[in-house]
Amino acid sequence: MTIGLSHYLTVAAILFTLGILGIFLNRKNVIVILMSIELMLLAVNLNLVAFSAFHADLVGQIFAMIVLTVAAAEAAIGLAIVVVYFRNRGTIDVAEIDLLKG
Amino acid sequence: MLSALFFYLFAIVCVGAAFMVIAVRNPVHAVLFLILSFFNAAGLFVMLGAEFLAMILIVVYVGAVLVLFLFVVMMLDVDFAVLKAGFLKYLPVGATVGLLLLVELVLIVGAWITAPEVTAQAPMPPAADISNTEALGMILYTRYVYLFEAAGLILLVAMIGAIVLTLHHKRDVRRQHVAEQVGRTRAESVELVEVESGRGLS
Repeated sequence: MTIGLSHYLTVAAILFTLGILGIFLNRKNVIVILMSIELMLLAVNLNLVAFSAFHADLVGQIFAMIVLTVAAAEAAIGLAIVVVYFRNRGTIDVAEIDLLKG
Repeated sequence: MLSALFFYLFAIVCVGAAFMVIAVRNPVHAVLFLILSFFNAAGLFVMLGAEFLAMILIVVYVGAVLVLFLFVVMMLDVDFAVLKAGFLKYLPVGATVGLLLLVELVLIVGAWITAPEVTAQAPMPPAADISNTEALGMILYTRYVYLFEAAGLILLVAMIGAIVLTLHHKRDVRRQHVAEQVGRTRAESVELVEVESGRGLS
């Protein structure tokens, strides 16, 4: 029984689906939504590295590093926004974030 | 055989931990499960031969980003049980969409066939000659150096943005104004007064 490319792609697909499910189910808590986005980015990275390994092309791993960079930047900015929002409003409920609705 | 065993171990723990991330009530536990999930994903990376990315994932990602998550979760004094309400209300539609997406994705990746000429012209050096880290460095700092610098710029912008967002001065706190102290002149700070003897200064 050899582990092929589609095994890794299936694991990544399940992780991505769990990330989307997390956004659907926890639509009130910003922090869990951010964690779901991290899960989806991890699934994308797993795809990139799997293709890179099975096609013997290192560019996929370079791309995965860039995705990690962007994910780190997104997490830092997102958490900073959450902290500022909590300081101003005292809650992190997504449904309450409607100041720009007009 | 052993590699298949380890693949299924890492994959099952990774997926199970990812499921717990979205299912548990306590967000601190959710972050800890996310860390477990990332560790097992790093195990999968090692099995794929991407050792450097696996170490980056553990050292940088788990060590910095997820610990930042942990800090923020512990800092915010929020009643997370209230935020968990509505979990069951959205479960049917969420499960439907998730199941559809999963079936589509698995159907696509299950039928994936790579053209044989793609792997024939492999640019990656064989693993016996050169380590993964060395090979990555050899192309990252030559062919993809602009991408590398762009990544640095992204991190710089993110750092400045996070600092600007979260830095705030309290209004009624006395602070030292260095520029005013340094900019004082003799004329505005010293006054010479001629005092007659026996009078004093009123």
